[in-house]
Amino acid sequence: MPDSSNIQQNTASVEQRIDAIEAMFEARGMKAREAIDEFEHTIEEKWIPENGARVVAKAWTDPEFKKRLLANGRAAVGELGLTMPPHHRHLVVKENSPTLQNVICCTLCSCTAFSIIGLPPDWYKDLEYRSRIVRQSRTVLKELGLDLPESIYIRVWDTTADTRYMILPVQPEHTKGWSEEELAKIVTKDAMIGVARL
Amino acid sequence: MDGVHDMGGRQGFGRVRHSPKAQTFHEPWEKRVNALYSLAVRLGIFNMDEYRHAIERMEPRHYLSASYYERSLTSLATLCVEKGIFTREELERYAQGQVPLSLPIGPGRANVATRQKFKIGDRVRVRNEHVSGHVRAPGYTRGKAGVVVDITPAYPFPDAHAHGIHAEDEPTYDVRFNAEELWPNSADKAHVHVGVFESYLERA
Repeated sequence: MPDSSNIQQNTASVEQRIDAIEAMFEARGMKAREAIDEFEHTIEEKWIPENGARVVAKAWTDPEFKKRLLANGRAAVGELGLTMPPHHRHLVVKENSPTLQNVICCTLCSCTAFSIIGLPPDWYKDLEYRSRIVRQSRTVLKELGLDLPESIYIRVWDTTADTRYMILPVQPEHTKGWSEEELAKIVTKDAMIGVARL
Repeated sequence: MDGVHDMGGRQGFGRVRHSPKAQTFHEPWEKRVNALYSLAVRLGIFNMDEYRHAIERMEPRHYLSASYYERSLTSLATLCVEKGIFTREELERYAQGQVPLSLPIGPGRANVATRQKFKIGDRVRVRNEHVSGHVRAPGYTRGKAGVVVDITPAYPFPDAHAHGIHAEDEPTYDVRFNAEELWPNSADKAHVHVGVFESYLERA
């Protein structure tokens, strides 16, 4: 084993490592810079939680759309012009109720329906959430500020295949009669992950 | 593989460092990592199963101490070297230092030939199997019984797809487990739903 302080000293920083890969891709005509610019545009303009918020607001106000959404999520979000990467073949939407809280996770890595609910937040990808949410769901939700009464049952969805999940929150009573646009503004990424109720 | 990445149900971890305004990225280099591994997937250099498995192959101390995007970066660098896009020497020359890579890949496996079809309502058990390569059945489900509550579209079998072995598409079953049966006497009451590939299941 080499001395670990020696490794530390000679290890390239993460910036140097990605600089190197970018430069080598560029030198091979793989258009790295273009891909980076495009990605930055995509994450700021396209893969945003406002997409999922529109889906939720539509489902709250249009019962027929909600039926289609629960039956085939991918096709239904397509009606709103929303798309998913080819390898996400299926979007499963799980509806919360006054007696049920659904929550999503990925214990093996960090899978999410990122083009619909936005890229996963840092804590979703952390070891603490991945290890504990499946086993200590009620405790973890409480720590995250969602203290559920015993009358609310919990279902955890571990994203182990490329089927992706999103949660349809319960519409708050005081928002009945609001427009889709107004409703979309109150829907958060946390609510679509299932760690918050609105 | 029974790697440290298989986190579900591990004990000893503390509070989730949650914030309602949590970000996805914290440093500009992280976006470049995400952009370039996505580019590599689009160019067909590797697929998402190979990408995930290369993260799992990281030396465990490195995996646990690396940030999320350093893990992505290590997978990208490892696969580009393994696929011959550049050599480790060239990478380290460009990077002006050593670049830690994942450990070498082991054997994968093809779809299980004797796999059975299941229908909604069937009671199933996750086979008591230990594989050295990529696998998408979390360790906490191994040998455990649950009920098929839904069937979702077919995907390439990851144990093969991550290893360059011909991967047939096979259905995944939404299997509902009871948390108290997964971890008797030491879990909060809940249902845990897992998308389980057909090859991982047997009738219970």
